Amino acid sequence: MRKISLDKLNLLFSEIASKNSLYMPVDTEAGAKFEKYNGTQTLSDAVNTVRSAKDFFFPQTENLVDFKVEGKNIEIIEPVNEYEDFVVFGVRACDVKSFEILDRVFLAEPVDTFYKNRREHGIIISMACNKPSETCFCGTFGIDASSPAGDIVCYKTDDALYLEAKTEKGSALLDSLNGVTEDSDSEAARAQQEVIKERLAKLPLSGLSAEAFGADKTKEFFDAPEWNTLSESCLGCGTCTFVCPTCQCYDIKDFNTGREVKRFRCWDSCMYSDFTKMAHGNPRLSQLERFRQRFMHKLVYYPTNNEGIFGCVGCGRCMAKCPINMNIVKVMKKLGGNK
Amino acid sequence: MQEIKREVLVAKASELLGNGTVDRVIGWKNGEFDYDVTPAVFTSAEELEKEFVWNDFCGANFSKYLIKETGKSEGKVMVFLKPCDTYSFNQLLTEHRFDREKVYVVGVPCNGMLDDSKVRACSEGIASVSEENGKVAVETLYDGKLTFERNDMLAERCINCKSKKHTAYDELLGEDGEVLDSARFDEVEKLEKMTPDERFAFWQNELSRCIRCNACRNICPACSCEKCVFDNPDSGVENKAVADSFEEKMFHIIRAFHVAGRCTDCGECSRVCPQNIPLHLLNRKFIKDINEFYGEYQAGAEAGSRAPIVDYTTEDIEPSEAVERGGDNA
Repeated sequence: MRKISLDKLNLLFSEIASKNSLYMPVDTEAGAKFEKYNGTQTLSDAVNTVRSAKDFFFPQTENLVDFKVEGKNIEIIEPVNEYEDFVVFGVRACDVKSFEILDRVFLAEPVDTFYKNRREHGIIISMACNKPSETCFCGTFGIDASSPAGDIVCYKTDDALYLEAKTEKGSALLDSLNGVTEDSDSEAARAQQEVIKERLAKLPLSGLSAEAFGADKTKEFFDAPEWNTLSESCLGCGTCTFVCPTCQCYDIKDFNTGREVKRFRCWDSCMYSDFTKMAHGNPRLSQLERFRQRFMHKLVYYPTNNEGIFGCVGCGRCMAKCPINMNIVKVMKKLGGNK
Repeated sequence: MQEIKREVLVAKASELLGNGTVDRVIGWKNGEFDYDVTPAVFTSAEELEKEFVWNDFCGANFSKYLIKETGKSEGKVMVFLKPCDTYSFNQLLTEHRFDREKVYVVGVPCNGMLDDSKVRACSEGIASVSEENGKVAVETLYDGKLTFERNDMLAERCINCKSKKHTAYDELLGEDGEVLDSARFDEVEKLEKMTPDERFAFWQNELSRCIRCNACRNICPACSCEKCVFDNPDSGVENKAVADSFEEKMFHIIRAFHVAGRCTDCGECSRVCPQNIPLHLLNRKFIKDINEFYGEYQAGAEAGSRAPIVDYTTEDIEPSEAVERGGDNA
């Protein structure tokens, strides 16, 4: 395990940034967000960034290909998509887990090469959560915020940051930082983990169970009368889907710039009236159906297709941001019998 | 703290359900915490007793829900409206968006609502939020009890409250207030004093955070089109995400133009924005301009009023004057 005192964090960031692009959460008036390190920012202590870390691998808008038409010729221009390695620092356990959930979608056949390319070039430095929020419920999905996954895992104490490599990529990066870090035993980091564990156990949502849900439970929940009241005040906006680290639906659109056609993909939301619109129209006519789709996807359909793994990581962003304060926790409690 | 107690609202709603005046009630439902209140439809006294909440986080404006709710059945629906909500209510009536006869409005006085995002931003791990001697007391998971001045935690629209007077109701709980002399245009004036470049940079920075979630549009009582042009794939401007750097500005600017003269300044757009974009400032600029060009006009102050910009008179300001008047700031 390596260690660096907190007052020298900027040395660590500069050292990483001297070789790779470095992104980390910083505080802004509109909440925490990932920013490219430029030598001046301070690391945010916020539990969650407003937008999740999925942006790094699955950006909101992405140019796929351009077409230029001249006379009878169509020129196909593929965007340059060779990336250099980049480092994302301070990713929370929930967001790290979300990458695994996205991987199962984008890296399954047929592999999404845009996503794969980014994923292969990204190095994740995660951070244990010292002060999990009242809206946190990652434990419900088996995630331990005191012990996140990632290439390198960090634990922050009152005076130092402890870094532990978990993968080959992580070891290589951590070795390259030996000039600014010092060797350390793991005692202080382990003690910090114990503090976090105690805090996690005391969170208001620590008892929330997802047991009632999972693979092959479609029939059990699809026609539940509770969807009526749960969805009655839903605005049909896309806030929950866009701040969600695991929502992965997208649309592909052509944009005519007047000189060429840009084909891009952008995040889509099952809450929207034109989501998966086909020749006959939208398969989900009412907001109830759209609302149900989102939660069934997280709690039933995704697990059905992915060996029981849930499509939610309990980050709590939807709880914090939904304009009408409806969210997956309320859905789980209502439908799952308040377990 | 709110002047009227929860029990009074529950009793009123239960009474109207009980005597058959209405068959359902739109109110606020409690959540997991003290601050995550959800709009809900109640149909029985038991439900109201168990789940109805009236506290400092009941900011949601129910007026727009009436379009959907009145269409559901023949019976009457009761709705609780705060003073600012009644302006939206009147404006929707002006636009014939629902049948007045199917609604029973109970006006509730409002002492201003707290902004949950402000409370959350200065408290790590909230166990409870309550009122103590006029201050906001937050019991936290890690730092014990924190106390804040109520004014510091108020929503922006409540700091700049324009009216404590209900402009529509069938019945009022408590005393009605007055139209206030608010400082709501101060921020707009600051923007007007900027150079065009500074102002462009200001909006560029604010709007660059937009994620096109459409929460501002979907909550907006003035945005009640059956099908929004931005949701219509055949319109040519439909987009779920930005295709170029001007796209998100176009969406917000067009929306501001579309609601100009109809926006009551209820502030819901800024309340719901997940990225804290001060969207209300766009609309307030239009309101201020309308006031200055055509004389004071408050949308929703009375049902059936015609906004000056849809009511041509020969006295109207000439476009050239309106633009010129702005001078360097135009």
